[in-house]
Amino acid sequence: MRFFEYEAREIVKRAGIPVTDFGFATEPSQAREIAQRIGGPTVVKSQVLTGGRMKAGGVKFADTPEEAEAYARDILALEIKGHMPRGVLIDPKAEVAQEYYAGVVWDGPRKQPVMIFSPVGGIDIEQVAEEQPDKVGRRHFSNILPFSEFMAKEVIASTGVTGGALNKLVPILTRLAKVFVENDMTLAEINPLGQLADGSFVALDAHMDMENEARGRHAKLLADLGVGSEETRQAREATPFEIAGEEVDAQDHRGVAGNVTEFDGNLGLVIGAGGGSLTLFDAVRAHGGKPANYCEIGGNPSVAKACGLAKLVLTKPGVDQIAVMMSIVSNTRVDIVARGVIKACLELGYDPARKIAIFRIPGAWEEEGFKILEKYGVEYADRSVSLNEAARRAVEKIQGVAA
Amino acid sequence: MRKDGTFIAVEVEDSAAADAAFAQKLTEVCPVDIFAQEPDGSLRIVDGNLDECVLCRLCIDADRDPAHPAVKVLKLYDAGALLV
Ligand code: SF4
Repeated sequence: MRFFEYEAREIVKRAGIPVTDFGFATEPSQAREIAQRIGGPTVVKSQVLTGGRMKAGGVKFADTPEEAEAYARDILALEIKGHMPRGVLIDPKAEVAQEYYAGVVWDGPRKQPVMIFSPVGGIDIEQVAEEQPDKVGRRHFSNILPFSEFMAKEVIASTGVTGGALNKLVPILTRLAKVFVENDMTLAEINPLGQLADGSFVALDAHMDMENEARGRHAKLLADLGVGSEETRQAREATPFEIAGEEVDAQDHRGVAGNVTEFDGNLGLVIGAGGGSLTLFDAVRAHGGKPANYCEIGGNPSVAKACGLAKLVLTKPGVDQIAVMMSIVSNTRVDIVARGVIKACLELGYDPARKIAIFRIPGAWEEEGFKILEKYGVEYADRSVSLNEAARRAVEKIQGVAA
Repeated sequence: MRKDGTFIAVEVEDSAAADAAFAQKLTEVCPVDIFAQEPDGSLRIVDGNLDECVLCRLCIDADRDPAHPAVKVLKLYDAGALLV
């Protein structure tokens, strides 16, 4: 889940990293009061969970509190990429000598956080890495063992930063690593990290993403920040298809049909098995397939739930066929899922043999399941066929259908 | 009485279906609510739940006289094979 900038700055501040004397306002008059307190030129920034604020007119520079109020009024009414702002952040306009970058991000393939630092900040770090690779320092670290200041020093020094700046930056990066690990973040970024004329550093902007599943562990922090439990804070709003997926799951307590996510391909997926869904999704793509969706079915769903999910996927515009695939199941019944997906086809007036590209769920009650599949002429595979091979067959079949 | 779903059919002898005590027993044992009772206590087979049958045999085990089964669960996908 993503945090608004004003929340991310508050997290950074609580960690002991210097920040500017910013304020958050939901009313133009509050913006004026904050600007008065700051006492000097300010920056008024739209608080939206999307990029491109500057281009869209969501960031303005004000010389007086009255100007800050007027800009706040405009920005509060300004929609940016379909998002209305939560409020505005009022920031002192800092005189910055140099902009740096400091960030920690979760490296999925390495299963470790990686610290990234650059003396070139204020722009996308990807751009810096491409144009000035020697100006980007990186270091993976354990999220179990303590992060030491020496590690931060290594990362910073690798970019050529020395002396007083190096010494002042070390505690900032160390605290940022701590924020990342202690709050189950997937991203903790300060960009730009400004160096002021007196040589001190201050966080001028921050981005934070928390692991969604960790929300329960950080209830106090979220309550302090005013994040409501109903706020999903995902990278984008759920689509009607995804909301319908949640409804299928909620209609019946038995089993799970979760994380239904929309894509724009032609192969519908009814997949699951504790991580197997991701493997299957990747396998379909690796074989040149175009998934229409992602989902996670399991935990012994009822026939109604499997049927509801399959119907949802089958009726998604552009879907030609579905692939029903899981790893070897023990807590889900093969025959029940088979009944569900076949029933979905029949109720929609489709021939299951044509609409189901492949059914590859071996495991509990597979003998009964395979009898059902045979009766309806659905191609199925047992455990001797790998997930990868099943995905390949599904893609081959749908490409034949589409051709 | 007999009701057919897409995959499962359930048949209960009429005399057993009219027995309120037996109907109550079947209603209690079925984990997926395939059996219910009419207002007069007699048995009702819930069409919409038939295909949820998990083949657990609890209804068969609850039969009044195992030598003369009054309840039959048929697998329509297996040429109407009886659940035994
Ligand atoms: S076998 Fe089990 S699930 Fe099926 S009807 Fe009998 S009691 Fe219900």
